Amino acid sequence: MADTTTAVDGVASGSRARRPARTPAARAALGRSIALHVVIVVGALLMFFPFYWTLVTSLSPGSGLTSTPSLLPADPGLEAYVQLFSQLPFARVVGNSLLLAVITTLVQLVTSATAAYAFSRLPFPGRTLVFGIYLATMMIPLQVLVVPLFAELKAFGLVDTYLGALLPTFAAAFGIFLLRQAMNQVPVELDEAASIDGAGHFRIFWTVVLPNIRPAIATLAVFAFMGSWNSFLWPLVVLRSPELQTLPVALAGLQGQYTTQWDIVMAGSVISILPMLAIYLFAQKYVIQGVANTGLK
Amino acid sequence: MTALLGEAAADVGDGDRHVGAPVARPPRTRRSRRIRYTLTVLAFLLPSAIPIVLFVLGPMVAAAWISLTEWNLLSPAKWVGFENYANLLTDPETAEIFLHTVYYIVGYLPLVYLGGLAIALGLNTALRGRTLLRGVYFLPVVTSWIVVALVWRWLLNPVNGVVNTVLAFFGIEGPGWWADPAWAMPSIILASAWKDLGFVMVILLAGLQSIDPELLDAARVDGAGWWRRLFSVTLPLLSPATFFVIVISLINGFQVFDQVYAMTGGGPGGASQVVVQQIYDLTFRYGKAGEASALSWLLFIVILAVTVVQIRGQRKWVNYG
Repeated sequence: MADTTTAVDGVASGSRARRPARTPAARAALGRSIALHVVIVVGALLMFFPFYWTLVTSLSPGSGLTSTPSLLPADPGLEAYVQLFSQLPFARVVGNSLLLAVITTLVQLVTSATAAYAFSRLPFPGRTLVFGIYLATMMIPLQVLVVPLFAELKAFGLVDTYLGALLPTFAAAFGIFLLRQAMNQVPVELDEAASIDGAGHFRIFWTVVLPNIRPAIATLAVFAFMGSWNSFLWPLVVLRSPELQTLPVALAGLQGQYTTQWDIVMAGSVISILPMLAIYLFAQKYVIQGVANTGLK
Repeated sequence: MTALLGEAAADVGDGDRHVGAPVARPPRTRRSRRIRYTLTVLAFLLPSAIPIVLFVLGPMVAAAWISLTEWNLLSPAKWVGFENYANLLTDPETAEIFLHTVYYIVGYLPLVYLGGLAIALGLNTALRGRTLLRGVYFLPVVTSWIVVALVWRWLLNPVNGVVNTVLAFFGIEGPGWWADPAWAMPSIILASAWKDLGFVMVILLAGLQSIDPELLDAARVDGAGWWRRLFSVTLPLLSPATFFVIVISLINGFQVFDQVYAMTGGGPGGASQVVVQQIYDLTFRYGKAGEASALSWLLFIVILAVTVVQIRGQRKWVNYG
């Protein structure tokens, strides 16, 4: 895991240290480098434009079918946001999403860490098979499970409850796999030393292994939060009443209700993007590392 | 990448790592120690095993059973055997929604792969501010599909969307995008590619960075130009990352739903109806949970088959060095 980051940062710092010399070859290289910068920067601007446009629209009250788009809001204002929170239970919706995301993240951290410890440190008969089954669940699309899961939670009386939305998210094979990989990198000698001092598995797990896999835990936390915050199909199916809805479901509904009021729809989108943006800015390293690692299995 | 993988594999080892045996503990009988150990294993395993059995494996089996019944989620299910499967396989609509799904994949995959590769190649050079640039390209990945769909519905609004306004400025009359049956799927593809470009880019970038620069230098010394180095050195060495991107894209592509639901709802006139949207509609709109389960099993079988074929075929072109 560390290898990827060093490689990533290594090139960046290398470029900073180099200075252009004044030979013709270097001048040609400089020209190529400028051309490359232009292409990559223009591409980045194009990629960023939809976000900019979302923000501008949300600040342009009355953006609808009749208005013509302009690059800067002609008459900027926060009316769309005010409307969003006053006409809809929008604060509640944001709160729902936040609550579900926080609980999902915390529970997934616990279930993933404990399972990963069992698969990394506790041999038992059939362990490889059980781990294989866990991994295979990653391949099962949620869509296959939706109907029986709905029926099951209906039987438990949990449709249209927070618990119903939460339960199926409690264990995720991805997190178990990620943390097991990280735990396998922690030298067993550390466990042995603690064991000689009289520590049992729970102590080793808590005081030796977990502190050594903090980056992987951070990566999992970000992904679990993101997965829950952005999830759509299951909350759409299981949470039927408006005051229990999550942000993506409410946003999808908003579109039907206010087809022409794009300022309101975009204001809702901005609110959905902001927390992820904040987390991303703080934890960019872990997010990128997490994605890069999935490709390096 | 090989070096990296090799090292990791050596580190990981999969051997039994039974440690923490109660060396310094007061002597206990063998049996009580074994019971204690079993309880420890269960304590670590059950928090994840219970939800996985209850909410993944159980429903998986249940889906197979439901697919053999006629059921509207309310009244008791009626056993119909393989009738749902027979109906689906003879209904031309099934072929159509699978074709739409394949259309999505065929449009989407080259776009994200070639786009992601170009950006990764660009960012893999000495570039000022590359962390920031990489961050910008990656930003859509952390955005929800619903927001992506809504934002693109607005960008591609046929009347006064910004894209058609810009096109009009150049004297081009823009298409009806999501409102036009012929352009609905391309609109969804465009939005999806925008969202996933950064994801593909990061995976390919990690792959590029694990290529030994000495190999590229050796090719340069031998007189290979940029394109030659790309096709003869970089791409073959990048094939494991490419393989991963293709496998993941196909798995996700067959399951495409959120953005379709929010952008077109499968319309106009069913022009962008995909498999999962159909599963959703069958269950919650038409009360045909049995048929929906049958369709979801068909989808799972297709995904499984496609994935297995790719894994089998990888030896022919994926170079693990």
